[in-house]
Amino acid sequence: MPGEAIDRLIQTLARLPGLGPRSARRAVLVLLRRRAALLEPLRDALALVAETARDCPVCGNIDTTTPCAVCADPGRDAGLICVVRDVADLWALERTGSFRGRYHVLGGLLSALDGIGPDDLGLERLEARLGPDQVREIILALPATVEGQTTAHVVADRLERPGLIVSGLAHGVPLGSELDYLDDGTLNAALTARRPLQG
Amino acid sequence: MIAWEDTGIVLSARPHGEHAVLLSLFTATHGRHAGLVPGGQGRALRGTVQPGTGVRALWRARLETHLGTLQVEATSPLTPLLLGERDRLAALVSLCAVAERALPERDPHDALYHAFAAAIASLGAPGDRLTWAAAVARWERDLLEDLGFGLDLGACALTGTPDDLAYVSPRSGRAVSRAAAGPWRDRLLPLPAFLRPETNDPPAGIPAGPADIVAALNLTGHFLARPDVLSGPLGLPAARQRLLDRLRRWEEEVPGP
Repeated sequence: MPGEAIDRLIQTLARLPGLGPRSARRAVLVLLRRRAALLEPLRDALALVAETARDCPVCGNIDTTTPCAVCADPGRDAGLICVVRDVADLWALERTGSFRGRYHVLGGLLSALDGIGPDDLGLERLEARLGPDQVREIILALPATVEGQTTAHVVADRLERPGLIVSGLAHGVPLGSELDYLDDGTLNAALTARRPLQG
Repeated sequence: MIAWEDTGIVLSARPHGEHAVLLSLFTATHGRHAGLVPGGQGRALRGTVQPGTGVRALWRARLETHLGTLQVEATSPLTPLLLGERDRLAALVSLCAVAERALPERDPHDALYHAFAAAIASLGAPGDRLTWAAAVARWERDLLEDLGFGLDLGACALTGTPDDLAYVSPRSGRAVSRAAAGPWRDRLLPLPAFLRPETNDPPAGIPAGPADIVAALNLTGHFLARPDVLSGPLGLPAARQRLLDRLRRWEEEVPGP
């Protein structure tokens, strides 16, 4: 039986997504066996992040600098803002390396069940960025779900003003996928959004 | 083990734990019914548990009173038209939210289910916007009827005439003819002709314009908002108000040349 401190560590780890008590116990055992190589660097990294991590007051990203590294990067196009549901989506888009604009994290989606309305999404923070940054285009990178698209339409309505383009992500066949394995909704969307192939 | 198989339409899906969702369905023969869908947050089922999706459902539980598990397979996925057009999507979300809040659980409403399925089918099919908007308003009228608050739109409450019915009493829900409304017309709710039960089919069933749709939804909304109609203190869902706001924009649109 582990001592109280180790048990507390196991219980804390078990609350993380993807981990249960059994996998938390295995992780703790590995940490204890490799103290110098894993446990101590992990302790230092956790302490540093706990001390310095902040929500970016501009875009809502989480980073250890204020504003976040994306907002502070002068090489990024301030006229392009990509609106995402949460920080995980922002990090997913950053992994692609293909977007060089800035972001805005909504922190959730409109939800009839949970009573989340437009006022809970902090859209006034996004509107406040439009003027000073001379934003040309807003890209709504929200999930292709009923809640995601409802949110996209509400945000688009709210941002409607002359000279500002509001666009959404395309829906269709994922790269590397076989048609046979796609669900009907995706196939339907891909067919509707078909484009001419030009030489 | 108790089990049934039925067709249904997804009303809502709420995450439960890391992988499952708590699904609420409006089924053809078992009414509004909930169940746990293991793996409902996974890639394979995420598209199926979207509100408005038609499904084939298998419900299993050890006892009748248990929540039970649901196995669902999409039979009518959402169309891109529905997801891409904001007015249609607002109508879908409103329909599902009203059904979720108004329908009692495990109480069969066969006819209402078929009207609901038809309204969602018209939302997903290309066609005139007045057609699907009329289907939404008629479904709310039928919902009131099923909940025991049916509007009496067959004859005038004052004169008994079935002709020229233009208003509804906000208290009794009974129709009033234009002539009998007289000085009280400002205190009555306008009754668009397409909402009368005998005009369910085209061409009489087609609203004259956006104002008719807004009037119809104001009428049904007035009665749905009564505290004795919708269970709980929440009142009408915000999604319905968003739909109404969108439809009011239709009235402001300038007709083309």
